[in-house]
Amino acid sequence: MSTTAEDLQQVAKRLASYTAPEEVYNDLVASDGEEVDPFAQRNVSRRIIDRESGYHTRRLNRGISPERHDPFSEGEVNLESRSYTDVMREAELEREQRRVLQKLEEKKKEAKEAAIDQSSAQKKRRWDMATTVEAKATSEWSKTDEVTALKNRWDETPRVSIDATAETPRKRSRWDVTPMVSSKKSRWDETPANGNSQFGVTPVGNLGLITPTPGHLAPMTPEAQRWEKDLDARNRPLTDEELDAMFPSTGYKILEPPSGYVPIRTAARKLMATPTPMAAEGFVMLEEDRTQMYDLPAEIPGVGNLPFFKQEDMQHFGKLLDDKDESELSVEELKERKIMRLLLKIKNGTPPMRKTALRQITDKARDFGAGPLFNQILPLLMSQNLEDQERHLLVKVIDRILYKLDALVRPYVHKILVVIEPLLIDEDYFARCEGREIISNLSKAAGLPTMIATMRPDIDHVDEYVRNTTARAFSVVASAHGIPALLPFLKAVCKSKKSWQARHTGIKIVQQIAILMGCAVLPHLKNLVEAIAHGLEDEQQKVRTITALAIAALAEAAAPYGIESFDSVLKPLWTGIRKHRGKGLAAFLKAIGYIIPLMDAEYANYYTKEVMIILIREFQSPDEEMKKIVLKVVKQCAATDGVQPQYIKEEILPEFFKNFWVRRMALDRRNYRQVVETTVELAQKVGVTEIVGRIVEDLKDESEPYRKMVMETVEKVVSQLGAADIDTRLEEVLIDGILYAFQEQTVEDIVMLNGFGTVVNALGLRVKPYLQQITSTILWRLNNKSAKVRQQAADLISRIAVVMKNCGEEKLMGHLGVVLYEYLGEEYPEVLGSILGGLKSIVNVIGMSSMTPPIKDLLPRLTPILKNRHEKVEEACIDLVGRIADRGAEFVSAREWMRICFELLDMLKAHKKGIRRATVNTFGYIAKAIGPQDVLATLLNNLKVQERQNRVCTTVAIAIVAETCAPFTVLPALMNEYRVPELNVQNGVLKSLSFLFEYIGEMGKDYIYAVTPLLEDALMDRDLVHRQTACTTVKHMSLGVFGLGCEDALLHLLNYVWPNIFETSPHVINAVMEAIEGLRVALGPSTILQYVLQGLFHPARKVREIYWKIYNQLYIGAQDALIPYYPRIEDDERNNYERYELSMWL
Amino acid sequence: MDNQKFCFSSVTLRIDFGFQDRFNLNSQLEHLQSKYVGTGHADTNKFEWMVNQHRDSYASYIGHHALISYFAVAQNECIARVKFEFVEKMLQPCGLPVPRDEQ
Repeated sequence: MSTTAEDLQQVAKRLASYTAPEEVYNDLVASDGEEVDPFAQRNVSRRIIDRESGYHTRRLNRGISPERHDPFSEGEVNLESRSYTDVMREAELEREQRRVLQKLEEKKKEAKEAAIDQSSAQKKRRWDMATTVEAKATSEWSKTDEVTALKNRWDETPRVSIDATAETPRKRSRWDVTPMVSSKKSRWDETPANGNSQFGVTPVGNLGLITPTPGHLAPMTPEAQRWEKDLDARNRPLTDEELDAMFPSTGYKILEPPSGYVPIRTAARKLMATPTPMAAEGFVMLEEDRTQMYDLPAEIPGVGNLPFFKQEDMQHFGKLLDDKDESELSVEELKERKIMRLLLKIKNGTPPMRKTALRQITDKARDFGAGPLFNQILPLLMSQNLEDQERHLLVKVIDRILYKLDALVRPYVHKILVVIEPLLIDEDYFARCEGREIISNLSKAAGLPTMIATMRPDIDHVDEYVRNTTARAFSVVASAHGIPALLPFLKAVCKSKKSWQARHTGIKIVQQIAILMGCAVLPHLKNLVEAIAHGLEDEQQKVRTITALAIAALAEAAAPYGIESFDSVLKPLWTGIRKHRGKGLAAFLKAIGYIIPLMDAEYANYYTKEVMIILIREFQSPDEEMKKIVLKVVKQCAATDGVQPQYIKEEILPEFFKNFWVRRMALDRRNYRQVVETTVELAQKVGVTEIVGRIVEDLKDESEPYRKMVMETVEKVVSQLGAADIDTRLEEVLIDGILYAFQEQTVEDIVMLNGFGTVVNALGLRVKPYLQQITSTILWRLNNKSAKVRQQAADLISRIAVVMKNCGEEKLMGHLGVVLYEYLGEEYPEVLGSILGGLKSIVNVIGMSSMTPPIKDLLPRLTPILKNRHEKVEEACIDLVGRIADRGAEFVSAREWMRICFELLDMLKAHKKGIRRATVNTFGYIAKAIGPQDVLATLLNNLKVQERQNRVCTTVAIAIVAETCAPFTVLPALMNEYRVPELNVQNGVLKSLSFLFEYIGEMGKDYIYAVTPLLEDALMDRDLVHRQTACTTVKHMSLGVFGLGCEDALLHLLNYVWPNIFETSPHVINAVMEAIEGLRVALGPSTILQYVLQGLFHPARKVREIYWKIYNQLYIGAQDALIPYYPRIEDDERNNYERYELSMWL
Repeated sequence: MDNQKFCFSSVTLRIDFGFQDRFNLNSQLEHLQSKYVGTGHADTNKFEWMVNQHRDSYASYIGHHALISYFAVAQNECIARVKFEFVEKMLQPCGLPVPRDEQ
């Protein structure tokens, strides 16, 4: 033993315990404070505000403006409301203020730059920024800013201050958050002592996790609140009364507290003194108890039980909870409460509550008045916590009351717009539609002059957000009132000399109109183009850009008509593309791209050549947006008639391939798609070989996304243009490349599969030499470890099976069939489905008799797979089995088919309609193969099951069996089954009859007399469904045998159908009406008319109502045919009712 | 424009419907029927019904050439004259309207 070993042992002994390194502790401590919720990402917030971008939240900056004066109203003028002049003046002021601020900012910047230039000639580093901010903060000017515009003085640029203020309420930097206010705490906010609960020095009572510690004084969840409340109640000091009650009155003495005693008041100390809940009860599972909401009432007085009442609702609806005596309130207050209750019911109530409340609020809208209604609805819509559903409901309320209020809404138009306009740019399509509908209704209710007067001040509003939404709203107004009504205003705005913002917005309105109304702009195209044309030469860059975009939108909407309207803008556009660079150029190019397709061939050719120079120059542009537009324009130019293939080949293609067919383009999804589309379009002009020849080598490129892009292009080009152009050499390279790309894929992609399938199918017979190689690739991949690879290989078989057959490779296919058969034990359902699909395509192609493995071996292997409940497997399997039953039933024993029948019954439950239909058809095939008796017995037994869908499918199957095996094989057994005294079975029989007569059509004439007694019975049954189904049967029957001489039986049935016309259940009355309709066809309208005439003027209204309904139905169906059958009515002293013409006789 | 007006009216209509009517499968059918002039309802009176019959009859005679030539021969008039008279008669086929009794 050496001393060193002893030393080591001693050292080891000195360690009392092994602990984790310090870093780990620190780590744990750090993460503990954050309380990371692993499901936080999954728990998607439903609040609208949480999914909005910074731009969208700018809506919150807009205040709901005070009411405006309605110049069209006859009543007295409300002095508080603002007139148009006031609003315009305010807007002017705001603009002026903005302008001054901007000036000041510029001046400051200049001064600063000058200072920097003076002080240091060295290179600017980003640290300089800090000093600039500081300088600004201390500057005198910025303080005035703050006062005037309520701006954050830390803003670097007051010009975009709107964004900044918009951001601040949402996303604050943690430095400017006061710890108590923020709802989500970072660990930095907490006091160090109890921030780290587990390893903290002071053992505060926070082991129970939810107990309030000083660090968590403001609990965040209702859960925590509940706990807190609970604890407070238990831990509160006992009062004197309680103590008196507890102790006997004698034998105890109440002591005076010592004179120096002061009770402890600090919260933290108090909590330390109390026992934690942990110690008392141990761990408690929180029960999901939703009814117990502390602080939140379960029932609101006058509203009833609501499904939920959120904390945030208190803010708006709190008033309902103060138990004031209603008799003391004024009329106005009562009205307010009434509206509040209705709104609360609509927002939080159950659907029936909501419905009645919505009706009430609609009916009483005029009594309530526009003011009180909107003053409550609009703030709710601006609420921070609004969810989609709530917004939808409130918007619906506005929609409904708009109709009722009509012109009364005028003073509130702007308020409503402020709230509704943001919907127009919502990312949700339905929200946008809703917004459009409301604004359209609003503008119809308020009238065009009011709308223009209200929205005019927003057109040159300082905030771009406001201008944007206003432009969209205006386009909706235009679609509601028609473009001509708005045109004079638009022209004036687009020519505004006062501000470029107004021009910009005006032109944007035109753009939005084009987008919104599509080809409906055509009648006004010339006017619209002329209204904005001058914008192309505006001195403001932004105006020029938006003008070009508006023209692009107009041209897109007008395509393929209306080129003559664009004459006036052609020249400025073409000179423009030479003058501009960057964004402006992109917009101009876009406009040209949309105009060129409208031109006739000659002009298109000329202009394409003009623009192509610029386009080719811009091929190299690094700007993504520019790239997209250039690609789009090239596509549009190439698609026009006038452009010659020769020109494209020589001028465009070399540059195009050099710049766009690079690996980088494959990485961005949108670029990728655009490049593929454009290339395909070019291929339409120059042919397959030109394009495929250029890119085919890249199928062997080392970048996979790029290979994919090549493959997709090849697929699209070949599928559109065929492979006839491809010569032997190219064909070889192509197949080689495709095989390489197919084998080398690391992510199995449908693109590769489609490409492979398309090319092979296009080449047809020419692919024969390569089939051996392709097959061995498939076989190799079928054996792969990865399921995806196997699936893809099996899918490929089904794609190329037809071509293989055409090439005469039966032997190869037989081999593939055997291999697939061996893989039927596959455990991945997706793969199994594909394998079954592959087998089916092989069976389809080579036929039942020459199939290897033979059908008699194959089918028994499929029977157990029918039990598989995976949708894809189910579908593929039933398809294959159905195919075999159809074509090769004789290869399999009847007993096997019966076994399959039983399996099939379960498949009638499948969710997918295709599967159910395939199953039902298979029943038909099997019945045909082995005779209907056994199959029918199985099906009739199945009518007894409980499940409705299963029964319905069974009835369909019975009908199909009857159709395939002739009805007389089925009807006796079926009608016999009707004698079973069980509702479901009888209904099932009737339903089968209904389907049966629907399917067999005019074959039904031989069976009508057989089933009539049964139908008589059913039509007299007590059960409604009996009569309903029987009526449906009568309908199908009568439609089937029209003109075949079965009128006697049908008339007999009509007598049984007729008494049912007084049914009220919707399905029954519907069936009865349809039966009468069917009989009308078969018996002729006169018969029905004679029945109807009995009741048209019956003294009882209920009778008249239904008789007139039948009359109307009859009238619409056979208006002309009724003419000779109307009853002859005698003239009276006043009127002549006789139709004399009909009594003329030659 | 017209289309939108139509939507407007149809929506108001929907609001005005009672509760049961809205769930009735036939309500749509009734709406469709009400678009035909010749259809009736429980409060249609004899006069209105007859007027519709007469107008339909005249329209039908005019539409069927064989019928109108038959009438022409019977009345010894030319076809165009008979046609014209029928069209004229469509205006007030049964004479002056009967005043509706208010109930």
